[in-house]
Amino acid sequence: MKVGLFIPCYINQLYPQVGKATIELLERLQVEVIYPSGQTCCGQPMANSGYEYESVGTCNNFVENFKGFDYIVTPSGSCAYHVKKHYDIIPQTDAVTKVRNTIYELCDFLVNVLEVKNVGARFPYKVGIHKSCHGLRGLRLGSCSEKVTEPYSHIGTLLKEVLGTEIIELSRKDECCGFGGTFAVTEEAISVKMGKDRIQDHLNNGAEVITATDTSCLMHLEGLVTRNKQPLKIRHIAEILNSVVD
Amino acid sequence: MSHSKAATIFNKDENKVNWHDKALWFVRHKRDKSVHTVKGWEELRNLGHGIKAHTLSNLDNYLIQFEENAKKNGVQVHWAVDGEEHNKIVHQILKAHQAKKVVKSKSMLTEECHLNPYLEADGIEVIDSDLGERIVQLAKEPPSHIVLPAIHKTKEEVDALFQEHLGTKPCNGDPQYLTGEARKHLREKFIQADAAITGVNFAIADTGGIVVCTNEGNADMGAHLAPVHIACMGVEKLIPKQTHLGVFLRLLARSATGQHITTYSSHFKKPLKGSEMHIVIVDNGRTEQLSRPDFRASLHCIRCGACMNTCPIYRRSGGHSYDATIPGPIGSILSPGKDLKKHSSLPFASTLCGSCSDVCPVKIDIHSQLYKWRQLITKETPQPIIKKTSMKMMGNLFSKPLQFEKVGKVARWSLRNLPKGVINSKPNVWGKERDLPLGPTESFDEWYKKRKKNE
Ligand code: SF4
Repeated sequence: MKVGLFIPCYINQLYPQVGKATIELLERLQVEVIYPSGQTCCGQPMANSGYEYESVGTCNNFVENFKGFDYIVTPSGSCAYHVKKHYDIIPQTDAVTKVRNTIYELCDFLVNVLEVKNVGARFPYKVGIHKSCHGLRGLRLGSCSEKVTEPYSHIGTLLKEVLGTEIIELSRKDECCGFGGTFAVTEEAISVKMGKDRIQDHLNNGAEVITATDTSCLMHLEGLVTRNKQPLKIRHIAEILNSVVD
Repeated sequence: MSHSKAATIFNKDENKVNWHDKALWFVRHKRDKSVHTVKGWEELRNLGHGIKAHTLSNLDNYLIQFEENAKKNGVQVHWAVDGEEHNKIVHQILKAHQAKKVVKSKSMLTEECHLNPYLEADGIEVIDSDLGERIVQLAKEPPSHIVLPAIHKTKEEVDALFQEHLGTKPCNGDPQYLTGEARKHLREKFIQADAAITGVNFAIADTGGIVVCTNEGNADMGAHLAPVHIACMGVEKLIPKQTHLGVFLRLLARSATGQHITTYSSHFKKPLKGSEMHIVIVDNGRTEQLSRPDFRASLHCIRCGACMNTCPIYRRSGGHSYDATIPGPIGSILSPGKDLKKHSSLPFASTLCGSCSDVCPVKIDIHSQLYKWRQLITKETPQPIIKKTSMKMMGNLFSKPLQFEKVGKVARWSLRNLPKGVINSKPNVWGKERDLPLGPTESFDEWYKKRKKNE
């Protein structure tokens, strides 16, 4: 099994530790991981701002880099969702269809392709899970509070097996954090308020750490936590799953 | 005013935002509890979606069938191509009866057509008889929500409003006293009314009847007491069969307020002896929306308001921030179809979190439609040049990996080395209330390359 690793543009530049954790975790699970060097971005920042047509070159570059793999894995539900849902703006060649069908968010890949639950991690903290919306309601990485379905959560399944981790329950299980790409600046007031409210929910329920499948949400929450000097750590799920027992 | 500007103003009073958010979340929560007791809920949503899609695809036939049956029942049917024509028709009916006092039950359509000011200009008194609507009418404001029109008003504000307009005693916002007084006031109006106007929740093609859902019984009070009943409906209110109500009444009440059934589901079929019943069927842009493949499903809407209650942006910006008859997520996909330029900020007033689509009882893909409107808006309405060029630059940058790495280096260096004051200064909207991450010394890319070399 040959896996191509997609590291979203902002993780590459601002949160390399998330990329490192992802690759180390996958390698520890005996997966052959390759990081194609010509990758940049999935095109989502332009497309969600209404400039899908400016993202065509980016989409093509993505497909070019990833068409040769059995699976594409990325520590971002949002990017995986974008490729799956919105890559209909470029001609649907075999390569494009393949890429769209084989891209997985990290937790999804672990639970549903590798079929592992316990990755041998230890993380002795009270953790609140922020269920990033695109992964949740786009990729259905877990049950959604609006729908009447059996409860499940891929990120929860993995976290439950982590030694020492206590998952805390939130009052609002899956409300949006307010990042939303350019929304974070064009609707600054609401974006900030939504973020503050999410953080408060985690604090009220005793979280020490907030985790998620998406670094974009976490960057927004971390920006607020740091500014307001709140007693919370922000960790991407890959970082937690890669905290190995010595 | 753009949505974000109005939202910023609304957010100046954080306590009020918290209160508004909690009030609506409470309704969403009630809805959750109620739908989770229905085993086949998702199946019911599929049915609702399917029936609506089928009806819209055969709308011409069902409209004709409905008209025929309604006429057979002795109802007079009128057709209006737009709001103006709708208002004229209603006005004429009222004139023919020399009606000077009118009571109206809740109808978003008459809001959309601006019927009240039209009639008032001719000296006709129009009283909105739904309590929430009456409150906003007294305050001279439009409704801020389609099911809870006065949800933005605290009970203390209602207290003050009633003292001013209805002469009530100060009561510290005692809801029981206030509703009691409103009841007395409205009873008076019902008794005096020369005509009653109602909205329509469902129009049934195979019977020619209509159904109006209210929790206060005000549609019945109006229609039963006045000698003329005028029911106004958009073309999309149609359902093929009476039996389909079994699907829609359940979906509507649970989604709207978490009730198992609305208190009054009033069926109107024919005029009472000695009185008249009219139905005005209105297009006002609906068939145009129907012609747009990407957006036609927006006409499935049964106006339950659930997408507003669940929307994290709506809850924190208030209905008036949308500056449209229908606010919230559904309004943001309907309004651009009416006036793209005026409503161009609405599809961007969303994080595309998708909660609206999942809560919607008739499964409208609201967030996908928001995304699609965005693509159209950037092409068809003037955009700030800075946004346009930066998107183009970003597009170019991401198509060429080498350039991307160079630019990233500069950005990371800046984040690490420039003082916080510079990074979080004015043009950086992000930094007003949030810190930016500390730029790492090396990108993932660089780390990976080094690691490979050392292997
Ligand atoms: S779009 Fe759906 S959820 Fe929103 S008001 Fe209409 S029916 Fe209700």
